[in-house]
Order: sequence, then C-alpha cells, then structure tokens
Amino acid sequence: MAQAALTFRDLTLGYHDHPAVHHLSGAVKRGSLTAVVGANGCGKSTLMKGIVGVLKPMAGESIKVEGARVAYLPQQSELDRSFPARVVDLVSMGLWPKRGLLGRHTADDRAAVARALSAVGLEGFEKRTLDTLSGGQLQRALFARVLVQDAEIILLDEPFNAIDSRTVTDLVALIKRWHGEERTVLVVVHDLDLVREHFPETLLLARRPVAWGPTAEALTAENLLKARRFDEAWHDDAPWCEPEGHAEHSHDGHAAHGHAGHSHSHHEHHDHGPRAA
Amino acid sequence: MYDFLVAPFVEFSFMQCALAGSLMLSLSSCPVGVFLMLRRMSLAGDAMAHAILPGAAVGFLLYGLEIIPMTVGGLIAGVVVAVGAGAVSRFTVQKEDASMAAFYLISLALGVMIVSLRGSSVDLMHVLFGTVLALNDEALRLIASITAVTLLTLAVFWRALVAECLDPLFLRSVSRLGTPVHFVFLGLVVLNLVGGFQALGTLLSVGLMMLPAAAARFWTNRVWTMCLLALAIGIASCIAGLLMSYHAALPSGPAIILSAGVAYLFSTVAGPRGVLRARIRHRRHRTA
Repeated sequence: MAQAALTFRDLTLGYHDHPAVHHLSGAVKRGSLTAVVGANGCGKSTLMKGIVGVLKPMAGESIKVEGARVAYLPQQSELDRSFPARVVDLVSMGLWPKRGLLGRHTADDRAAVARALSAVGLEGFEKRTLDTLSGGQLQRALFARVLVQDAEIILLDEPFNAIDSRTVTDLVALIKRWHGEERTVLVVVHDLDLVREHFPETLLLARRPVAWGPTAEALTAENLLKARRFDEAWHDDAPWCEPEGHAEHSHDGHAAHGHAGHSHSHHEHHDHGPRAA
Repeated sequence: MYDFLVAPFVEFSFMQCALAGSLMLSLSSCPVGVFLMLRRMSLAGDAMAHAILPGAAVGFLLYGLEIIPMTVGGLIAGVVVAVGAGAVSRFTVQKEDASMAAFYLISLALGVMIVSLRGSSVDLMHVLFGTVLALNDEALRLIASITAVTLLTLAVFWRALVAECLDPLFLRSVSRLGTPVHFVFLGLVVLNLVGGFQALGTLLSVGLMMLPAAAARFWTNRVWTMCLLALAIGIASCIAGLLMSYHAALPSGPAIILSAGVAYLFSTVAGPRGVLRARIRHRRHRTA
C-alpha cells in the first residue's frame, strides 16, 4: 500500500457544537489526486481548513506525513483586493515556507516567482495591482503562489468558481502537472463532469463520507442520490454524539476502494451520532 | 524667511524639544498608522486613544502631572483594552469594531470619573490635549525609546503584518504568527498613543498616526512608499504646526494635527487616487 500523505482518525470538525465533518476516518494516498465533492454545507471547505490546521478538530485528528509542507488555496473571500499589493507581491508570499518571517528573498527566489507567473500565463502582470485583476487572473496569480510554495500536499478550495473555461483548462493542466510530480492534491469541485474527466479519486461528502475511492466507483447514481438527500441544516435539538463506535465510517486510501458506499449504508442502519441532519 | 522658519527652532530650547519629540513621534507612529488604515482599523486607533485615558488618569491621581506614572498607567490600560477587545473578536462571534467600542467606552467613562475625583478642568485638558511645548528630557527619552522599539518591531514583523492584512487565512495556513502578530501590532498602537499623549494628549495623538497615513493612501499604491510618504507628511505637519503655534500663539497640538488635516484634504482632492482624478473624464484611452 502506498504511504498515506494524510490520515484522518475519527475526525470531527464543526462550529458551535454542530459537526460539519462528522467522524471521518481514512487515508489519502501520497501522490493521489482527489476531488472532494458534495452539496453546499456538506463539509468540504471545513475539511480543508481542518487539514491545514486553521480549524481545530472537535474530536479525532488529521495527521499529515511528517515534514510535508501544505499549500492551501482558500476561497477568495478573505483576500483583501483593495490592499496596495502587486501581483508579484502576492505570488512572493508563497516563499514564506522557505524564507519565513526574516529570510531574505534571493535572486533564485525571484526567478522562481517569475517562472510561476509564466507557468500560469501571467507574464507581464508582475506590477499590476490586485484591484485591477479579473477573477480569472487573480485565480491564476493564486495558483502561481501555490506553485512557489512547492508543497508536497496541495489543497484547493473551489478553485474554478466563476472562472472561464479557458482558465479552467489551464488550471486543470497545472493540477495534473502537480499530480504528475507525485504531489498529493485535494480539490473541492462542483463540476462532476470535470471530476470524472480529470480526477482519479473522489471523496463524496455529506458531512460523513458517502463514498471515497476511484471516481467511477464513488460517483455512482446511488451514491449521488444519497448525497443529495443530505440535509445541511443544523438541529438545535439533535442529541449529543456518543464517542464510541464510529470506526466503521472509514476509508483506506488503497485497500477499501468500493467499500465506502457500503460503509455508509452500514452507518445509515446504525446511526448513533447527532442526526445526520 | 530664516526668522520665520528656522530661528524659532534655533533660539528656543523648548521649540527644539518640541521639534525633536514630534519628529520622533512621526517616525514611529506614521508607519503604524499606515498599517492601522490598511487593516481597516482606523477608528480602532481613535478608540484606543480613548482607552488609555483611565490609566493615565490613575497615574495622574496618584502622582500628579508626572510623565512616567501617567505613561505606565496609560500603557496598562491600553494593553488591557487591546488584548480584551482583540481576544473577544478572535475567539467569539463578535467583530473587533464592536468589542473595541465596548471596551473603550467603559475605559473612557472610568477615566473621566477618575480625573473628576481630583484636579481641575485644566488638568483634564492637559491629559486630553497634551503640551508639546513642555516636553522635558524625560519625556523625550521615553518617546525615543518608543520610537526605537516601534521601528525595530515593524522591521521584524513587516512581512507578517503585510500578509495578515492581505490574506490572513494564507498566513494562518503557513505560520502560527497570525494571531500573535495581531496582538503585537495592537501593542504598537498602544505604545505610540501613549508616547504621543504627553505631546499631543490622549485624543490628538491618534491624529498624527492616522491623518498622514490616510493622506498618503491617495498618492501611492505600495505599502513601503506609503509609510515613507506618511512619515514625510507627518514631519511636515509637525514643523508647520509648531511654527503656526509659535508665530500665531496657537495651541501646538491642535496646530500640528490641523496641519496634517490640511495635507489630508489636499491629498483627497489632488492625489492621483483622489477625487479630481476619479472625476475627470479621460477623452483618450489605450487600445489594450
């Protein structure tokens, strides 16, 4: 079995006592390319935040392989586009893992930034300020920042939202390049056709994993129907979750392909957590 | 010209002290003001200025008009309010504007109550509006120390401060400095307001922090040059304010802040990113 880049052990993440990701166990294979799919509110972005560590688990843990750097591209809402920064400044932020707070940016670093801008098709945009960029151009710049981060694990949260088809094509090519370089990539995606075409693995979430494995096996009509039935609402009167007996909602990134659906069915017959509500 | 511009600073030591104090304050507080503005916390600076009042008042109540006790008191009050408001906003549902307002209002009321227990309205005016023309060596040493600490801290945390403003979630994903750097920055704000209150008073010291920064925003689109420009505007305002105060017998603190206010209004109209440029219809445009 390939070594796991990420391991989830009974991971529960959420807000205000309510789980958004509920008792997720399993492993993401090193070098795999996985689409994280599901309805709004099903826990996709929350899972990303939990992996990167900006959201602490309510229970369980998310473990990354020792020494692995993580690059995280969140949804754009927290980026202040009115901030007086140029494209090259934004992309240079990707040097943080290498240079930290005080390390000097060298000529090689600047060359790496230039190469990244070139790779995403933003040559000539170096001195443009962020408020003059289109949505697609900004997304390319953020991909360039991920490139500069040179991370082993790459998390992209809805990178194709409101992006034109040409840019999507270019960015997907970049993702596949990362995959080819044996980096571990998780991407939150809504376009199932895109997932089927380009992503070998899929995690279908509905707070709990509905299916997790090879895309063709995960995105079956039956699994998608289960995910669609997911009720994203919180219930204030939902019973408190009892800690024992959640291990069956697991996925082994290598061995358990095709069993995640079964695992979920099992859960549906023996629901003992807060309402899967 | 020499008599008008230079002679007052050559002939009178109190003017030299005032100039030295206000220039050091500019050097320190103008870059802090730029970051305060870029973090959309301009009004938080004003709130913090009010918040240090009770600490200064306690110092005043216990030791009279003495710089060190009032400064230490102001520093403690400022840190309590900054950390309290910052913690409430970081760890609860409440945003920083609301938590800051709550903490500073409590602090302000407490401060006015304390001052009213002892002292005349003249004393209160001193605490509120300062006396830059009465800066002594002790006050200058304090301001010099605050300037040194501020510049050193800004130099060390510059990259983190920029990242926290531009993309806070990114910083949190690559470093654990996100929350600490926020509190370090609030500490700098408090330190500079406290440094400024002997010269400009608790209420006006925020003026030297914010007005040059706000003016500089209309001229440049780089953080680094914005800090330098804010510094230049701050220095020019201090010199102009002191000269106005000397020649026209005006109160020095308000004269300095009003000079910065004029720079702000001018920049609002004439700056490349100001009102005029935005309103002028360009008849020519490029092909791409």
